[in-house]
Amino acid sequence: MSIVDDAKQVAQGLMMGAMQKLVPLAPDSWIPGGKPDPLIARKHGLIGTPVSRLDGALKVTGAAAFAAEYRFEHMTYAALVYATIARGRVAAIDSAAAEAAPGVVLVMTHLNAPRMKNMPVFGSSPNAVGPHNLPVLQDDRIHWNGQPVACVLAETQEQADHAASLLNVSYDAEPSTTTVAGAVANGTEQAMFFGQPLRNDVGDAEALLAKAPVKVDQTYRTPRHNHNPIEPHAATIAWVDGGLVIHDASQMVSQQAESIGAVFGLAADKVRLTSPYVGGGFGSKGLWDHQVIGAAAAKLAGRPVRITLSREGVYRTVGGRTLTEQRVAIGAQADGTFDAIVHTGMSVMTPHNNMPEPFILGTRCTYAARSFALKVEVARMNMLANTFMRAPGEAVGTFALEVAVDELAVELGIDPVELRLLNEPEKDPLSGVPFSSRHIVTAWRQGAERFGWAGRDPRAGVRREGEWLIGTGCATGTYPYYRMPGAEARITLTRDGDAVRAQVDVAAAEMGMGTSTTTAIVAAERLGLPIEQVEVGYGDSAIPGAIMAGGSQQTAAIGAAVIGAHNALVADLLKLAGNDSPLAGLSADEVGSIDGGLASRTDPSRRESYASILSRAQRGAVSVTKAGSMPLELMHWSMHSHSAIFCEVRVNAVTGELRVSRLLGSFDCGRILNPRTAASQFRGGMIMGLGMALMEETQFDERNGRIMNPSLAEYHLPVHMDVPEIDVLWTDIPDPHTPMGAHGIGEIGITGVAAAVANAVWHATGKRVRELPITLDKLL
Amino acid sequence: MTPFRYDRAGDVAEAVRMGNAPGAAYLGGGTNLVDLLRETVARPERLVDVSALSGAISETDDGGLLIGAGVRNTALAAHPVVRERYPVLARAILAGASAQIRNMATVGGNLMQRTRCTYFYDTDGSRCNKREPGSGCDARGGFTRIHAVLGASEACVATHPSDMCVALAALDAVVHVERQGATRTVAFGDFHRLPGERPDLDTVLEPGELITAVELPALSVAARSTYRKVRDRASYAFALISVAAALEMEGEQVADIRVAFGGVAHKPWRATQVEGALRGAALTDEAIGAAAALEFADAQLLRDNAFKPALATRTLIAVLNALKTGETA
Repeated sequence: MSIVDDAKQVAQGLMMGAMQKLVPLAPDSWIPGGKPDPLIARKHGLIGTPVSRLDGALKVTGAAAFAAEYRFEHMTYAALVYATIARGRVAAIDSAAAEAAPGVVLVMTHLNAPRMKNMPVFGSSPNAVGPHNLPVLQDDRIHWNGQPVACVLAETQEQADHAASLLNVSYDAEPSTTTVAGAVANGTEQAMFFGQPLRNDVGDAEALLAKAPVKVDQTYRTPRHNHNPIEPHAATIAWVDGGLVIHDASQMVSQQAESIGAVFGLAADKVRLTSPYVGGGFGSKGLWDHQVIGAAAAKLAGRPVRITLSREGVYRTVGGRTLTEQRVAIGAQADGTFDAIVHTGMSVMTPHNNMPEPFILGTRCTYAARSFALKVEVARMNMLANTFMRAPGEAVGTFALEVAVDELAVELGIDPVELRLLNEPEKDPLSGVPFSSRHIVTAWRQGAERFGWAGRDPRAGVRREGEWLIGTGCATGTYPYYRMPGAEARITLTRDGDAVRAQVDVAAAEMGMGTSTTTAIVAAERLGLPIEQVEVGYGDSAIPGAIMAGGSQQTAAIGAAVIGAHNALVADLLKLAGNDSPLAGLSADEVGSIDGGLASRTDPSRRESYASILSRAQRGAVSVTKAGSMPLELMHWSMHSHSAIFCEVRVNAVTGELRVSRLLGSFDCGRILNPRTAASQFRGGMIMGLGMALMEETQFDERNGRIMNPSLAEYHLPVHMDVPEIDVLWTDIPDPHTPMGAHGIGEIGITGVAAAVANAVWHATGKRVRELPITLDKLL
Repeated sequence: MTPFRYDRAGDVAEAVRMGNAPGAAYLGGGTNLVDLLRETVARPERLVDVSALSGAISETDDGGLLIGAGVRNTALAAHPVVRERYPVLARAILAGASAQIRNMATVGGNLMQRTRCTYFYDTDGSRCNKREPGSGCDARGGFTRIHAVLGASEACVATHPSDMCVALAALDAVVHVERQGATRTVAFGDFHRLPGERPDLDTVLEPGELITAVELPALSVAARSTYRKVRDRASYAFALISVAAALEMEGEQVADIRVAFGGVAHKPWRATQVEGALRGAALTDEAIGAAAALEFADAQLLRDNAFKPALATRTLIAVLNALKTGETA
């Protein structure tokens, strides 16, 4: 998340995880001694039952409309022109040929774009989600190679694309920093994340490291990665009655509406942003320049605009994960216990954002050690603003940490699984607060048994079938439990005769992972209704509250908001039920929802159906809106998801080609709500981890800051043949301190995978690769 | 994409008449040309669709095979005579692209594929002598993992991306070409050019010339042949190195041999020095390594491709050993 160091941000940061653990005053069900969510105790309901995506049929039949499939009357199509220098000014724009091209409606540049404010950058207010704080088409300045400098509107996409190719833009280049070495030479600074320094010191780690009888001390490198959701970014935009209507692809619907409203000086109710279906996000489906430019062009042309980024357009204007260079040093006693963990290093970002890759986050909670020295420094260079990408920090941080642990295991002659278990912490290694729910040992044991780890020959380079060297490796993965404030839920019960239906509205985003289905499952269970009688509304800024599908926190945020709304609904229904109800005299705390109505928790015979309550009250419907409680649980416990990743690789002794032949993930992520979509999300994350291990790398040309592989042909992602059957299992142990006992599972899957692959490569070949991706030339 | 006129040719005579117009380009399956149109690398004024022409495969009187230029890649790879007498060709085709692309791609179009050099594709932001002669080459000093180590020039370090053409280079194929009023044949080894001063010219085709067929001679050595491709993922990637080879042994000695490399040069690289060194020699790893060393003696390595000569050598040793023992799966 891009952030700015100001007071607001610090306040927000406190709520969002990198926080001090405080003793709270407010009563809350998540505080110590509070009651766990009653749904945790319900063992035989919908939760935990595999349910197919409720929108699956719509998607496979093409009936689900994505952002670029909406249509307005008199709509125009947009094409962008991108800068080709890293820093400087637009010297001249010759648009005569473009303006004369067939079908052209508008050529918009900084010379004629409407005046707009800069996007409110991430962290500057609770709902600000701008990726940078630069003017968009407001002046002649160029800040990165790929920055949009012009937008062409035409009657068809083909006409717009053609006209854009006719624009002739010349530049006056100015000195720029496009090399990592140059950026470092300009000076590095302490990296901040959510207002907090990415730095922890416990004891004198360097001194203990120096004295440790066994140690490893190595440097690990991870490259830039680009976002490649299957659906390129797109928006269909119209100005209606002085307000903006945007059909967008978003994982932060309300925040995005508010942020783009700020750009155009619009009140919140003058921006309506919908995003019912999103073809993947992974951190990238937020506000970028193209929506601002599309809205500005629509305003200037007086016609609606559809702006669809080409794949190259995504690479030029949507940031990805930045590179890292990490030192990990671990000092240990001969018995394997850790004396010191040093995890330091640098990443790069830009002058116009504030998103260091926080690669030490996972190291803060993974192992016990007598001392820690953790620090991220950051250098700035002239490039597209980098951003979140699935498990920012942990994805690349666990690569370095977990390869180092494997290297240490080899030095110590201890099995790498056992070395990890040997250093399992009893409480949070840095803060000393208890864990809310940590069953990583169970996950390791179950995973090792399923994988068949026992009896593994620890020697490297001794298993061979024909040309193929075979090895196995493992690594642990981790990702925090978050829950952001701001979520609300609106529950509307409607009665038609004896039939009752529930509409549950949450301002959530569905990127394909199954959120709408899981929300229906949980809401149905909480309301005591069959899932067929529950409708979930989402992906619309008109719904109250703000929920982000980010930080793997959406399910918890929705869960807490639905708990709040359900409690309010029960209270309202009890009032409506009145003194003639079997429930008369019971307080909301004493009542639960079951079988289509309310019942006493202690005497289930005291019950009345929703239909009966509403009927006697002569009501057709009842509706409540309520926010979720503040996420105080984060202050009391160290809360994380965990994984144990196992894999087998085959390395060709002739060519160095690397194939992952087996892959298993054993997860400890609280209670799993929908095993079908959860398994898919775990596997998807692990496939992304394979991409990171084997092939993903943005080719950023340091001579001019230009990305040179902006296409799926040249930026390699795993194809089917690169992906073995992936085995996933989970502990399914509920966390008593979270809604439904669940943890988020969106990001944990990618963590640990690259290290497991690298460790297996060492076991196969004896070659230790410390720089991703592990391409064949590194194994020759 | 730049607007163009589209015509569908009914026969070869009509095609070459249409193709004779200035700014005309022939369209086969479009699996590469349409990309180039979209990226505005190619801006023809007129497209002459020849994908419906010359779709037959027939055996020639002297025991070879005449393959129409419009034959789809999939059909050629599946042809029983190809599979039996020229397995290297079937395997090369199947090593390339995806099933969907092979269903569209034509033989003629495959020969006309253009390089995957990313600087060639970057029309807005990079200089490229192949795209704009005389503008300069930004690949030099840039990302060069897929670039040439043999036969490159100061002006261009690009590679030819085809798999099929590497097999055709090894098989002594002949390209049949037609233009208005004339036909000619070109030996496959002469068809693609080295970049020299004119990297904009990939082949020796004159403007308006149309490939009508590719002819394979009868070649007994080809019965024992194979293709091995080494790339950055398991499928759907261009070759870092590929080896097309055919081998006929007489006892412990090499009776006949054909070798071509892909991924090393501006054209499919017929390894004549390897063939010359090994023909009549005992096939040992050392002999093969020495032969490959001759072939790569003049290799010019770039920032990202220094691994190629070693990778090519190791792959060649494995391929020839497999052919010798009959273990080409």
